[in-house]
Amino acid sequence: MKRMKRSNEPIFWSLFGAGGVVASMVAPALVFITGLALPLGLLAPEALGYERMRALVGSLPGALLLFVVISLTLWHTMHRINHSLHDVGINAGLAGKVVFYGLAFVGTVATAYFLFVARR
Amino acid sequence: MPDRREIDIEVMRYNPETDSEPHMQTFRVPFDEDTSVLMGLQYIKDHLDGSLTFRWSCRMAVCGSCGKMVNGVPKLSCKAFLRAYYPGKLRIEPLEHFPIVRDLAVDQTDFLEKLEAVKPWIIRKEEKPLSEGTYLQTPEEMADYQQFSSCINCLLCYSACPQYGLDNAFTGPAALSLLHRYNADSRDEGKSERMPLVNSEEGVWGCTLVGYCSEVCPKQVDPAAAVNRNKVNSTMDYFLRFLTPRGGVDS
Ligand code: SF4
Ligand code: FES
Repeated sequence: MKRMKRSNEPIFWSLFGAGGVVASMVAPALVFITGLALPLGLLAPEALGYERMRALVGSLPGALLLFVVISLTLWHTMHRINHSLHDVGINAGLAGKVVFYGLAFVGTVATAYFLFVARR
Repeated sequence: MPDRREIDIEVMRYNPETDSEPHMQTFRVPFDEDTSVLMGLQYIKDHLDGSLTFRWSCRMAVCGSCGKMVNGVPKLSCKAFLRAYYPGKLRIEPLEHFPIVRDLAVDQTDFLEKLEAVKPWIIRKEEKPLSEGTYLQTPEEMADYQQFSSCINCLLCYSACPQYGLDNAFTGPAALSLLHRYNADSRDEGKSERMPLVNSEEGVWGCTLVGYCSEVCPKQVDPAAAVNRNKVNSTMDYFLRFLTPRGGVDS
């Protein structure tokens, strides 16, 4: 009871929560489309062909959508791994936060770079 | 014909004055359909070894003092029955994550301090005079907190909680549920006094939503739900304090 410092966890928990929504609602659809529908021939191969993907990434709404899906699921995953480590008795503490949230941050910046800067 | 079966009960013994570490001792105990685990222990104390030490009081899942680990699961020993374990045997140990005082009795001091820290009573900025009558509450307002008021402080949830086991600075399931019980009460005005604890690493943020606490709770308090609701409250508090002059409660 002596310490009682305000935790900065709400930031990561919010990203984790938002990522959870994305992971549970969008990811299954993506897995179905890319992992099942396409290989099983339920979708025409051109549906996710280079030209269409290029157009998706090239449009601002498409790029934003991809950015949200990729970055938030990353934050979600990294938060879960960090806490699961603690659950199995590995208390990584600040180092864990730096490594895992650092990875999510780098992933987010890289995604933003490729989607919004490097595309032409 | 009365039903007279017998079952082996293996009990953890520890006497800090003579033992360097705990050991197990097995007793053979007769039982019938109605014999609770607690009655099995009382049989041992009355007939086999009077020095066996454990706590109980009400024998009806109300007082919360008889919690033990039964085959590794935190249970109220008055609410678990020997017949459920037959023909196997029972292994009874003191509640996990607490220091042992003697045999099956644990030291609850840490929890009692945490309980006090959440200020589990109704706080009013100003009491209204008796002449103005009672504080009224609608059934909906009562439903907001009623479930969390059923806690009997049995500590099963603390034995179930891996986070409390890893670091007992964590305030833990029951104390946080009781904190929520008062914060969610329409008559209470003490939220700002409790939020610094909620917001801290030792408050709700020590929880990773394992959920075992809610599974073992004998009173359907659902502490995991109380903690998670306060993660939402703490998150709002965290961000809203930047927006409103008195929105957040600073630590
Ligand atoms: S929340 Fe449930 S398990 Fe925990 S102390 Fe209260 S009654 Fe016992
Ligand atoms: S003896 Fe009171 S709860 Fe079991």
